[in-house]
Amino acid sequence: MLAVDHSTAADHHALRRAVRAAEPPEAVRLLRTLSTEVRLTIVDMISRARMGHIGGDLSVTDILVTLFGAVLDVDPEHPRAPGRDRLILSKGHCAAALYATLARCGYFPAAELATYMAPYSALNGHPNRQKVPGVETNTGPLGHGFPVAVGCALGARLRGDGARTFVVLGDGELQEGSNWEAAMSASHHGLDRLCAVVDRNRLQQGARTEDTVRLDPLADKFAAFGWEVRESDGHDHGALLDAFAPSTTGRPVAVIAHTVKGKGVSFIEDRVEWHHKVPTPDQVHAAIEELTR
Amino acid sequence: MTETRTPARTDAPVTPAPGPDAPVYDCRTVFAEELAALAREDERVVVVCNDSVGSSNLVGFREEFPDRLINVGIAEQNMVGVGAGLANAGLVPFVSAAGPFLTGRALEQIKADCAYSGFRVILCGQSPGMAYGELGPTHHSVEDLSWLRAVAGLTVVVPADRAQTRAALRWAYAHEGPSYLRIPRFKVPDVTPPDAPFEHGRAQVLREGDDVTLVAIGTLVSRALTAAERLAAEGVSARVLNVPFVDPLDTAEIQRAAEETQGLVVAEEATLSGGLGAAVASLTGRHRPVPLRLLGVTGFAPTGSPEGLLEHFGLTADGVHAAARDVLGLPSSTS
Repeated sequence: MLAVDHSTAADHHALRRAVRAAEPPEAVRLLRTLSTEVRLTIVDMISRARMGHIGGDLSVTDILVTLFGAVLDVDPEHPRAPGRDRLILSKGHCAAALYATLARCGYFPAAELATYMAPYSALNGHPNRQKVPGVETNTGPLGHGFPVAVGCALGARLRGDGARTFVVLGDGELQEGSNWEAAMSASHHGLDRLCAVVDRNRLQQGARTEDTVRLDPLADKFAAFGWEVRESDGHDHGALLDAFAPSTTGRPVAVIAHTVKGKGVSFIEDRVEWHHKVPTPDQVHAAIEELTR
Repeated sequence: MTETRTPARTDAPVTPAPGPDAPVYDCRTVFAEELAALAREDERVVVVCNDSVGSSNLVGFREEFPDRLINVGIAEQNMVGVGAGLANAGLVPFVSAAGPFLTGRALEQIKADCAYSGFRVILCGQSPGMAYGELGPTHHSVEDLSWLRAVAGLTVVVPADRAQTRAALRWAYAHEGPSYLRIPRFKVPDVTPPDAPFEHGRAQVLREGDDVTLVAIGTLVSRALTAAERLAAEGVSARVLNVPFVDPLDTAEIQRAAEETQGLVVAEEATLSGGLGAAVASLTGRHRPVPLRLLGVTGFAPTGSPEGLLEHFGLTADGVHAAARDVLGLPSSTS
């Protein structure tokens, strides 16, 4: 198990406090800066490993940054604290985005990121809770995170600790039936501390979701399953902050975060081939230039 | 292994075979009693089920602990994932459903969410083996041992009677990792001695013997004891091993049997492709080759009652007895 990086954890704690205390424009500015750092880290990790899922990593970045930067009540110094909020990345293939975010929060030293997918690294291509603090359950096969999140939310309610549970889902992943089993049971059990966030980038590995097996009308589907549905720009930190507010209806909340796969790097954006393509050195250079522009 | 093993013979009296009139029991009753007792002792104990409140005998549990019985509906993948999430939240979930659906439908959840994630989820396979009889192979859970033995980090337990069912629940509750327990529905007599130890990965010597070893689990244990008595009457000394821990296997006890007796018969209400027999064959083949006869379920069962199907596949005292004589090269029954 990797160990906490105390100074980074302290820095992040201060940053999160500043984000929470700031007026919206300043909070968004701070989160946007954090997102840029995380995106640059993702590009670096994938270019070193020569493997990874860059498109989905870049589309989910702002969601993860907003959650870890301002929303989740978590403490990297105590990653297994009983009453913590839970974040489950069900789209586990986007582990690089999660690792980059966790390291930025101080869950483990950022230097470890250089080992992403290297032999014997704790940072496998899919996250492992027994090796990486901040990972709540091992994901990778799609359709697994949502049921586990339902269990976390039920458990938090039984324990009465008030913890919130977030599960981040890929949109293509919603073709797995297990998600809808979970969605049905969550609303039946009135899990209003549960929030399912869909990274709606409209692309899956082989093609557009709507050309593969249609998901729309997605909001209607969640609503029909008894969820409070919120649609948001998945790259607008302010809109995401609003969308992640607790439920006021007694129902679980589904946030459909409209995103762009590959967000931030124009030649990667919204292109199916960049699901798990690896950038050349020239492309890495161009990506860094564009992200830091 | 570095642990000090108690000599098997001291805890292995000659256990008598249950007589033909011995009472038999559906172990779901003690399953429910023990689960409720654990829940009274520890408020972290919760149950997750798939509309199987009745068939898992959990009506009483629901009445006593309405908030702690979570029915996810007919949705086994969600059921197992919810179990893992409850464990993440610090609870001790017992996930109970008919064996075939719990293991077959939710196998990837068992692998990824429970075993690989390392959560203490206690999977309770109800009505295992061919207990659903005439409902047919869709409802038989005979592949479970093969499937689950292949999953790293998951302990696979097959209790033989009421006492072992209670002990298995207690053991799983105290164990840190995930486990799968078969909960017998097909009625079985009490076979294990009172106060017999139930230890992780340990087999139980029910009867000592020097000629042949009968290795059995679940429904086959009482039948193996009956076969041993018949063999004794024929001058053949049969050891009987009850192996509730199918994985991890008690390799020391199996190897001792391979060294001290001339052949092994393994009997289980499960497919032969990867269950206890396959485990014993793999172990003895690598370390101490010994003649083996493996009794189990081969192919999909025809229509039949649970008892009729056990007879169909030779999973009877007669079948074990005949296999024992065969493995020793003796002519078929003298009686």
